Amino acid sequence: MSKATYEPVIGLETHVQLQTQSKMFCSCSAAYAGADPNTHVCPVCMAMPGTLPVMNRQAVEYALLTGIALNCEHPEASKFDRKNYPYPDLVKGYQISQYDLPFSANGWLTVDVDGESYRIGITRAHMEEDTAKLLHRKGNGSAYSLIDLNRSGVPLLEIVSEPDIRSPAQARAYLQKMRLIVQTLGVSTGNMEEGAMRCDVNVSLRPTGTQAFGVKVEIKNLNSARSVQRALEYEIERQTRALETGERIIQETRGFDEDRGITVSQRSKEEAHDYRYFPEPDLPPIFISREWVAELRSGMPELPDAKRDRYVQQFELSRYDAVQLTSSVGISNLFEQTVALYPKPKIVANWVQGEIFRVLNDTGIELEASHVTPDALVEVLGMLDDGTITQAVAKQVFEEAIKTGATPKAIVAERGLTQISDASELEHAVAEAIANAPQAVADYRAGKQQAIGFLTGQVMKATRGKANPGTVNEILRRQLDQA
Amino acid sequence: MAISREDVEHIAFLARLGLSDGEKQTFQEQLSGILEYMKTLTELDTSEIPPTAQVIPLTNVMRDDVVRPSLTREQVLANAPEREGDFLRVPPVLD
Amino acid sequence: MAELHELTIHQALDALRSGGTSASALTEAYLARIERYDSSVQAYLNVTADRAREDARRADERRAHGEDAPLLGIPIALKDIFCTNGVETTCASRILKGFVPPYDATVVTRLADAGAVLLGKTNMDEFAMGSSTENSAFMPTRNPWDLSRVPGGSSGGSAAAVAASMAAGALGTDTGGSIRQPAALTGVVGVKPTYGRVSRYGVIAFASSLDQVGPFARDVADAALLLGVIAGQDPFDSTSLPEPVPDYVAATKRDLRGVRVGVPDEYFVAGMERGVETAVRQAIDTLTELGAEVGRVSMGHTPYALATYYLIAPAEASANLARYDSVKYGYRAPDVKSTIDAYLRTRAEGFGPEVKRRIMLGTYALSAGYYDAFYVKAQKVRTLIKADFDNAFNDFDVLVAPTSPTVAFPLGAKTQDPLAMYLSDVCTLPVSLAGLPGLSVPCGLSDGLPVGLQIVAPALGEEMMFRVAGAYERARGPLPTPPLA
Repeated sequence: MSKATYEPVIGLETHVQLQTQSKMFCSCSAAYAGADPNTHVCPVCMAMPGTLPVMNRQAVEYALLTGIALNCEHPEASKFDRKNYPYPDLVKGYQISQYDLPFSANGWLTVDVDGESYRIGITRAHMEEDTAKLLHRKGNGSAYSLIDLNRSGVPLLEIVSEPDIRSPAQARAYLQKMRLIVQTLGVSTGNMEEGAMRCDVNVSLRPTGTQAFGVKVEIKNLNSARSVQRALEYEIERQTRALETGERIIQETRGFDEDRGITVSQRSKEEAHDYRYFPEPDLPPIFISREWVAELRSGMPELPDAKRDRYVQQFELSRYDAVQLTSSVGISNLFEQTVALYPKPKIVANWVQGEIFRVLNDTGIELEASHVTPDALVEVLGMLDDGTITQAVAKQVFEEAIKTGATPKAIVAERGLTQISDASELEHAVAEAIANAPQAVADYRAGKQQAIGFLTGQVMKATRGKANPGTVNEILRRQLDQA
Repeated sequence: MAISREDVEHIAFLARLGLSDGEKQTFQEQLSGILEYMKTLTELDTSEIPPTAQVIPLTNVMRDDVVRPSLTREQVLANAPEREGDFLRVPPVLD
Repeated sequence: MAELHELTIHQALDALRSGGTSASALTEAYLARIERYDSSVQAYLNVTADRAREDARRADERRAHGEDAPLLGIPIALKDIFCTNGVETTCASRILKGFVPPYDATVVTRLADAGAVLLGKTNMDEFAMGSSTENSAFMPTRNPWDLSRVPGGSSGGSAAAVAASMAAGALGTDTGGSIRQPAALTGVVGVKPTYGRVSRYGVIAFASSLDQVGPFARDVADAALLLGVIAGQDPFDSTSLPEPVPDYVAATKRDLRGVRVGVPDEYFVAGMERGVETAVRQAIDTLTELGAEVGRVSMGHTPYALATYYLIAPAEASANLARYDSVKYGYRAPDVKSTIDAYLRTRAEGFGPEVKRRIMLGTYALSAGYYDAFYVKAQKVRTLIKADFDNAFNDFDVLVAPTSPTVAFPLGAKTQDPLAMYLSDVCTLPVSLAGLPGLSVPCGLSDGLPVGLQIVAPALGEEMMFRVAGAYERARGPLPTPPLA
């Protein structure tokens, strides 16, 4: 039997850290990343006896904005609930969360994978507070743990998708889209590597075309969109093999081993939690009026899908290109700012998708950390247009500008990359190439046109790309035909 | 009795109370008695009655997103049963 | 002139303002009283003598500079449930022995701003769970009227301190009657305000939807003054009410002509002592004589209040007490090998039996399969109980009833049967469930032991409550003080 008989049914549960200044229920700084341990703590977020929570309005608005951007419905009445379970990183012994009346429900987002578009349902999005950080240690042979309370009480938005995702690539695209949305809204960095967005995955298999759900496996502690994809690829493979050999899938929680690229069972002996949810008596309910939602909606920045559609309209780009160019806030800003200075969107699009994406991928630098600016790109394109540099050189120069931040003009000047326009210099270079490649010349004379390409390449190499390929080609033919 | 020994053990574990055998026995008796008494509530028809959600008529109580000074680390750790350097220290979390 | 410790707060303020005495003198007088009587009464867990003297010194200094404040120089005791910055706060539990909060409860700050002097932290039932103060992990408190009897609970220490003139006033908390019942049993005035009237920030939580802070005092005007100082919205408590705080003291001076007083049938319960009923009915007659229109009213859901309360309060408590896990503060059992071990043994050793019982009850009421039948059901009956009061207040301005069905009972009399102990609060529980203000004012003695009259008003109706109490107290006249040796 082949893999094609099973289809994966995938749901994602994403926790997005809302980037407010202060924590969800107290005025401690919420910027815990990199802070000295236990310095952003107060009686409230360390659950001292007698303390009470007071809701952060900004956190609520960030949560609502996200729900609106995810096309959710917002019930008029919402409240908080206590989710009770004992764990050393949960300072009150319960987490203030939302159980049956979350802020947002019944929404969706679209993902594009390989040119196809898919709608993934969003079951719900609710607010809850983050736990403290538990660090495991070993000393003198015995294990123990240390606790840093800085993260306790930071506001999170938990977003649960419908099990509509059908491939690891879609899962990855979902996370990338989610990140893009929260970044665009300014409610979170959405950065998984920094823990600002965390993801647990649920995956089961069922025979293609059937409706009933198979046994679900949960995979936790995935710290990048790529890990999610890899973990799913492995897990689907594992479950497929199991099903094909008649083995039962056990409903369990698994972790992902980054190094080995496999999922590993984390079955614990503890019984499933009885969370004993009940309404939080210390917090009055939140009424979400239509006016409030309308006000938030009207103040929202342009969302990725709308921007994508606008690019197709305004810049006459293909949907595929538009999706690429709106794939991050930084890229779309760069694109539009460049087009504002140099109004040839298709050319700019090619350069962004071609050169910028390539260099960033190769070097592994993030756009924000690189030295790409609209001015730099416009400068390069200007020099290309007025013949100062060739296409080949332009690519080199731009790559260097991205990496070092030097202006393209300076790079061209410093490295003497100006296009060779001197006819005699070019004639000389061509003559040399011909003299050094008798076989190619013979091939050309024998009618093999591709020999011209080879010889052109030689001239380009000799001139370090500075020769205009069109001119070189002309001169080559003339010289070869003359002889 | 209204509540079994297993129930008592289950509830005690949920509440992380390490009860002695004697306590389990006593609590089983006492809680059974109390829970029997609670059954008087079933005399009332509450099918159309909403539960009291909040005693007071407040809604949308929220604060501005402003950072205020936290405790010092010394204050945070001063009451800790065990600490190590800048951290609270706890025994291993075994499953 | 009366002895310093015999002065009411109002009288003491007059003396302080006229220069007749000083905060330091007043404080020394109370410290001397404590020295002399507290080994018998055991109202105080912690007498903060140095702090008191320092507070008094600063109060005298402020006054010398022309300053005045509502409680400037007045020595007050605090139930050990209020977090006091730098001062041990135990909630009468082993699990918090040695805990020193780095912050003050809001009410503590308000008292300090008003110039009060902190005499010390008083005894209570552990985590406010009890009706006799016998559940304190450290020691029982004895009733100043009869040292073989309980002072009531859970705020027994604060009540006894005021009753024995070991403090000019005190603060306690009331969740199901824990201010009103000990006030009745010790012959002092005790007030539970409308839920949300006083901030709960810094008050160690028992049952979040029921806990309220209130004063103990020797007379109604003093209680009104204390309440006025601590009441008002607090940005640290999301359940605190924004309504401005009126002049409660002024309300105590008004007459009762035309005030409609309702007497609910169901509060005169079967187990009520004869002497208590007599004293209460006499008090009600006095109200009639003062011009009030007294009438009967039926509040049919009253008998269900006990079951309702003992499902809701323990449920909330089971969550509120989950934080006592040996991680951040408090007791940790020795030689624990794992987190689970730490939790199980710390809580087994750190909590007393009543606390464990209520945690178990509350956990059960919330647990899977029982949540609807117990917790939700109780919250629905709560709605019915509140409706009884709303209906009654259509026809009446206040309701009066006994505060407690009995006078102070002997130590040990009810400790064997939890339900028997719970029944001490049948008259006070419904008021708590409805979130309404209630006050207990002494209305006489029965067999030499104090009896309390409970006055209940509509939500934010404290002025009406103080009005009735003040008028009644004036007409009643002075009562004897406890015959302390």
